[in-house]
Amino acid sequence: MRGRVFLGFIAPSLVLMIIFIALPLVSVAWQSFHATQGVFEDVLVESCTPGFLTQTCVKEMQSRPVMQAGVAVTSTRFVGWDNYRQLLQPDAVADAFSPTGHGMSAVLNIDFYNALRFTLSFTLITLPFIVGLGLLLALAVDDIAHGLRGPVIFVTLLPYIITPVIGALAIRWLFVGDGVLTDAIRWITGHDVSMFAQGWTIELMMLFYRIWHIAPFAFVVFYAGLQTVNKDTIEASVIDGATRMERLRYVIIPHLMPLIVFVTMIHLMDSYRVFDEVVGFAAHAYRISLQWLTYSFLTPDQTGNRAVARASASAMLTMLGIVVLLLVPLRRTWRDHRGKS
Amino acid sequence: MLKNMLLSATILLGASVSAQAACNFANTTPIKVQAPSFPAWVAVTDYMKTCGNVQVELDLQYKEKQPAALAAKPALYQFAGLAVNSLVPLLNDGTVRPLDDLIAKYGQNLQPNQLIRIDGKVMAIAMMVNVQHLMYRRDVFADLKLAEPTNYDELLTSLAAIKKAGVMQYPMGGTYKSGWDLATDFVNMYFGFEGSFFGAGNVPTVQGDAGLKTLAMMKALSAYMDPEFLTSEANTVQQQFQRGKIAAANLWVTRAGAMDDAKESTVVGKIAFAKAPAAHAGGKPATTVWWDGFAIAKNISDAEADAAFHVAMQGISPEMVKANNAAAIWLIKGYEPGKYAVGAAASAGAGAPPYPATTAMGLMHTALGANLANYFSGRETAEQTLAKIAAAYTVAAKEKGILK
Repeated sequence: MRGRVFLGFIAPSLVLMIIFIALPLVSVAWQSFHATQGVFEDVLVESCTPGFLTQTCVKEMQSRPVMQAGVAVTSTRFVGWDNYRQLLQPDAVADAFSPTGHGMSAVLNIDFYNALRFTLSFTLITLPFIVGLGLLLALAVDDIAHGLRGPVIFVTLLPYIITPVIGALAIRWLFVGDGVLTDAIRWITGHDVSMFAQGWTIELMMLFYRIWHIAPFAFVVFYAGLQTVNKDTIEASVIDGATRMERLRYVIIPHLMPLIVFVTMIHLMDSYRVFDEVVGFAAHAYRISLQWLTYSFLTPDQTGNRAVARASASAMLTMLGIVVLLLVPLRRTWRDHRGKS
Repeated sequence: MLKNMLLSATILLGASVSAQAACNFANTTPIKVQAPSFPAWVAVTDYMKTCGNVQVELDLQYKEKQPAALAAKPALYQFAGLAVNSLVPLLNDGTVRPLDDLIAKYGQNLQPNQLIRIDGKVMAIAMMVNVQHLMYRRDVFADLKLAEPTNYDELLTSLAAIKKAGVMQYPMGGTYKSGWDLATDFVNMYFGFEGSFFGAGNVPTVQGDAGLKTLAMMKALSAYMDPEFLTSEANTVQQQFQRGKIAAANLWVTRAGAMDDAKESTVVGKIAFAKAPAAHAGGKPATTVWWDGFAIAKNISDAEADAAFHVAMQGISPEMVKANNAAAIWLIKGYEPGKYAVGAAASAGAGAPPYPATTAMGLMHTALGANLANYFSGRETAEQTLAKIAAAYTVAAKEKGILK
């Protein structure tokens, strides 16, 4: 009964997956189609607050929650696509592209598209740099003397070990208004630089930071892969007169391809959920990411309210985005897999 | 040696006795206190601790923690230190109790001004006020023969003069950090232009003349600020002052003392405190008066509430104020306004309105904080920004249920 044994082995993991992943997912999906509202009544309220030395009392109409047995009454109802509509604002998009609209710039002023634009370009720009830089580092380290490798690997890994928020904060403090580096640049060039006064410089710093931070991860994976390259093949290609570039192109890269796909997928998933950089660089006035958008909906506002419904919708859309993004590399591995079997 | 030990033992004994003496009863009911972490609260909670069995937790995330902590049954804290705006969620959830009977029992020292009445019932006790008002460099203004600005147009003229004289490149400071801080500054200026945020039925009315004037004035001021002003909050502005980088800012009165702290500040004695400038000539000071105080949880036993309130009265006693007179602008009996209170008192005296903490205002404040930055970074026009604020508020207000 191989099927039964198989089922027995994966059952515990399946149960945990259902409890901790599938059920919350269903609940988020459910919430994204519902809205919970308080029930309010308008009442004339006299309220007094202190001025300095005297008291200020005002009588005014205020909305007050209806209480039942000391608990505020709420009602939950199905709202269809409303939460998604509030995020995606199809009407505003249609307006922007109408003859009188402002086109793309107006669309990008809508939070969701602003976040989507940043998240996508962040993900896609950092990707080639991380794969390329990781590969270069791995090849370089693979070439140096054995005795030096340990220390070099350690130093190269350092950026990856640092807690992301701490790393982002450290870079921010270097470049902020009167940080060490900005002061140095001012002293050298005589120009006052303000890295945090406009969006594109902040974006540039976030890109740089992410590459600096994640490239070591790609390096370690590729370096491990390089240790398993067949030495005979390399020697054979050397005898056949293959140049260094040719060896790289026809022997090493094909050998590392599964790892490159692996690093790509992990990086796509990770950077599509970019969040630490936005917080660390205090970038939200200029650049926000999809994950940050969800977070800001969940942050209680000044009335203690969390926009759970919109946060759920935004989380669903983020997840959808990751799936779409992963389709390309996944299809490739699927093809490879089928080709082999 | 022995003598020394005896001596220090006596001193220790003496210290504990005098600390005990601060509280006039021995508390036997365990009380948990949560309050914002700033110097005034440290002073108050230290006095509360002398009654015994008081466990204090001070942090800056109190706003996020309290609604859930007080909604628990029983509540996780008996005593919640809060400010005018953070009381609203607790009132909405119904998790704080009326205090009238406790005041009758223990509140002999309270002044009428301290009682926060909602619909006739006292729901919270205020202990201090906080207000943003003008701080400026007396020496810089005197050198250039500039008078104390009473409205923002005069301030702009002074700033231009300071910049032109080459004293400072960016003479203005501002708590313009995108989010709560920027929204607070907008609210201050908006009231200065006699704006009102809501019409009948909580409909937003921010898209008017006052809104446009407010944005224009704030943008004019931001031209004199360090270009990174959208990340600048009260700590940043305080440090800019202390390091002599700016000549003027509308800053919280709780920051006034730090200007003369010789350990941090290079401008000791050079900062003058004045009432908040008016938005236009002849207007009221463009600022709002906030209070800090406390409420007592509802989901606790009456005995606990009794003890918590009794302990709290020790915390905000006239003796505490006498020992910590400069720590805040106290509303408590026995407070003698010092030089740091001048600006705050002048602002309130000239008719600065209290911050209108309501559910609608909380949603509006959030909508402002989330949408103002696009205007200052130049991505949107004033009209577009105000339209977006009104739209964001409308969505939130409908979601909350206060707008039909």
